Amino acid sequence: MFAISISFGVLARPLMGPVAPIVMSIVVFSGSAQFGALAVLIAGGSAGAAIAAGVLLNARYLAMGLALAPSLRGRAPSRAAFAMPTVDASWASASRGDGTFDPWYLVGVSAPQYVGWVLGTVIGVLIGPALGDPNALGLDTLFPAFFLALLYAEARGRRRVAAAGGGAGIALALTPIVPAGLPILAAAAAAVVASRMRP
Amino acid sequence: MTIATLALATAALKLAGPLALGGRPLSPKALNVVELLASALLAALVVVETLGKGRSLTLDARVLGVAFAAIALSRRAPMIVVVVGAAAVTAVARLLS
Repeated sequence: MFAISISFGVLARPLMGPVAPIVMSIVVFSGSAQFGALAVLIAGGSAGAAIAAGVLLNARYLAMGLALAPSLRGRAPSRAAFAMPTVDASWASASRGDGTFDPWYLVGVSAPQYVGWVLGTVIGVLIGPALGDPNALGLDTLFPAFFLALLYAEARGRRRVAAAGGGAGIALALTPIVPAGLPILAAAAAAVVASRMRP
Repeated sequence: MTIATLALATAALKLAGPLALGGRPLSPKALNVVELLASALLAALVVVETLGKGRSLTLDARVLGVAFAAIALSRRAPMIVVVVGAAAVTAVARLLS
């Protein structure tokens, strides 16, 4: 995660300046959404397309939050305090395997990740200009490799594999036709189609 | 603007479930779609970031890096090996070409 956030800082700085990437890591704290939005912006997509891509990538938090909800006790502010730090790794590792979650474990896994994420972004922004051309270092390949790693962990089961295959096909077919960013959004249609399959 | 909107939306997505007090949960149909969105979008990002160049598709050194990432993942390599290795393979391929 630390190296990922460093590369986020390096890649975001030329487009967003030194401060915005750090602010983004502090307030968004989501690798897939930040890289997804940045990828759309770098490709020349609009801010709206970047936001939409980031939000759709994070739509999984809606499902994760709904799964988490019964395990959280207390008043609304306390439940919110436990739900807010949710990230993929902490949500998965806090699962007790019987449909319930350990909320303190979730916070315990998220906290060091948050510190590392923000710190890494700061380092990336600072060392970025010294690295020279990011493409000469192959840093543009960090995007697809990172997304592939997330996909590899995510796409388990027929329906998810079908959604992934459909999403890739839609994006490839539309890239030459529509403006940057839109092919990614259109790929969401594959999730709708795949949701009709039997699990 | 982009950052603020993304931050608020992410928070809303995280909090919606736990704060939906007695509210009816999402219909199973909608949940089914939500559950599949990440797979569809991640796959789209992988192919566009590997093959896309503006509005065209192209084969270049990125393909080799991503191929390395795929092999590393199938061998259960840690994340850092996958992404840094992919960048290194692409960098070396560019250096040699």
